[in-house]
Amino acid sequence: MPTLAEILLKQHDSNPERVAVHVQRSGLADLPISWGQLVSRAGSFADLYARHGIQAGEVIVLVQEHGEALISSFFGAIFGGQIPAIMPFLTEKLSPEKYRTDLANLISVTQPAAIITNTEFEGEIRLAVSEGSPVRAIILTSEAEPALAADFDRLPGLTRPPDSIALLQHSSGTTGLQKGVALSQTSLLNQVEAYRSAIRINGDDVVVSWLPLYHDMGLIAGFLMPILSGIPLVLISPFDWVRAPQRLFQAVSQFKGTLTWLPNFAYNFCAHKIRERHMEGVDLSSWRAVINCSEPVRWDSHRQFFEKFRAYGLKFAALQTCYAMAENVFGVTQSDLDSGPKIEQIDQQVFLNEHIIQQSTTDHPAIVMMSSGKPLSNTEICILDPKGHALPEKQIGEIALYSNSMLTGYYRRPDLTENAFRADWYLTGDLGYLSDGELFVTGRKKDMIIVGGKNIYPQDIEILVNQVPGVHGGRVVAFGVFDDDQGTEEVVVVAEVEETSPEHHKTISNEIRQLIARNSAVAVRTVHLVGPKWLLKTSSGKIARSANRDKYLAEVKHP
Amino acid sequence: MADDIITQLANFIARDILKEPGRILAADEALISSGLVGSFCLVDMALFVEDTFGVRIDDTELNAATFDTLAQLAALIHSRI
Repeated sequence: MPTLAEILLKQHDSNPERVAVHVQRSGLADLPISWGQLVSRAGSFADLYARHGIQAGEVIVLVQEHGEALISSFFGAIFGGQIPAIMPFLTEKLSPEKYRTDLANLISVTQPAAIITNTEFEGEIRLAVSEGSPVRAIILTSEAEPALAADFDRLPGLTRPPDSIALLQHSSGTTGLQKGVALSQTSLLNQVEAYRSAIRINGDDVVVSWLPLYHDMGLIAGFLMPILSGIPLVLISPFDWVRAPQRLFQAVSQFKGTLTWLPNFAYNFCAHKIRERHMEGVDLSSWRAVINCSEPVRWDSHRQFFEKFRAYGLKFAALQTCYAMAENVFGVTQSDLDSGPKIEQIDQQVFLNEHIIQQSTTDHPAIVMMSSGKPLSNTEICILDPKGHALPEKQIGEIALYSNSMLTGYYRRPDLTENAFRADWYLTGDLGYLSDGELFVTGRKKDMIIVGGKNIYPQDIEILVNQVPGVHGGRVVAFGVFDDDQGTEEVVVVAEVEETSPEHHKTISNEIRQLIARNSAVAVRTVHLVGPKWLLKTSSGKIARSANRDKYLAEVKHP
Repeated sequence: MADDIITQLANFIARDILKEPGRILAADEALISSGLVGSFCLVDMALFVEDTFGVRIDDTELNAATFDTLAQLAALIHSRI
């Protein structure tokens, strides 16, 4: 198996003039980076790291905005044989104190030898690097030569062993940053090969992505896979996209983009916030797959997206899904691009009470489930009951996976690594079921509430509460609070509502209680209605159940 | 004129972004740097300004460096009407 550095040089040698990446930044002209430029600049960064005494096998943390320097400094580490780890940068609304603490924690666990950043973030980073820190150098991207005729035959990256760690991926939040997923070169290349064949990458493909590179979907699907495959990539800044989501559609039209990955919320966001004038002349007919990934996939989001953009040439068959995680490098499953994700209408009551999937009948309310497709060719999936036994199809259990692209471990966290595996299987902590070999993800295991010995999945309660008029959709959390008198957990629902009058609150609370009573096996102990923006989300936009539970408990204690 | 713009913006933000219609926003209250108006709502604000005042705010201007308060946003709008 070739090394990553060898693959990059081979892509370069086949045609150095060809564009590897088009970088888009709003307010600036598009920046095409040819293979010649990419390799030369990456060589400059490899040289810079060597000058700072950073060795092969050491970790380099990258804290930079989207742009050419981030790309080049990343591949510079690949050439130098170092282990790059991209970390989010401080934004204007984040608390600097919180950011500093998270960065200090990351440093203490990961022990990076260097941080590469720019002058904008340098001050903040210096504050997080204390005396005696393992960080030997804070390097500025401006120190790298504009181009360098490096001695490419002697790059340390060329001789890295296949099982050496190629990169680290961190997920968001304080816990996530202390848990770097270490991925070997072999795992990375096995994933790229398996995923590439699942979506049948070909020479006409163009990937368009606005995803951040510190997230697995952005780093692998929206960055490394196209580059290692020699497929042109159009990179939009996530910062720009959120302010002008039409940029994605304009870029697809401009570059005849064929492949894009999006988290579920983005389907709704784009469907609601783009005007006709933004779409003038836009042609989406080249888009062959828009793949929904990284949070629960919702059929209704696909429907809204399609209705909005069909007038601009969006094909229904382009709407696809995938289930992915950094621990498998990226993809675990992928919907079949010919037939699309499978849709099932299941019986809500049987789903909530028995965790079994049954087709809905006319007299019971239904939930529409959308599959995430079938396992990739290199990945096996098993659904496990709480004792670790494999479950048959249509029964909900923990999703476990086995593949040749799994993590080597959580970097410098053998404790976490050990807990994550059962025999050779990686335990995802996600819940789901298989139906005709297709995976349906239904929730997560760790937030489970146990009421009187009965397992209650908070997301199931939340789906119900979301249906109550007056409740802000998606801004609901359910969790368990242990009741000493009862000797078991009680379900608490916190929901954001717009109405403020006590009469309205009363009506909404009543409806929530009734709906849950009618549609699940539990009664809700407390319905706590709060104003907008009460609920805490992680930096990746997920409702943080345990943090909201803590906030609720503190509020009840000291109202 | 400026006061009228501020009132309309304040009502919109309280009602449609914060979903708290009773919320009173001060003209000098930080909106973006405080995270009060999150990045996912900036585009809503730009669309409201365009529909209401016929003034376009470019996406490159949707940051605290261009405007962070109602007073600053109202001044920006006023200068373009």
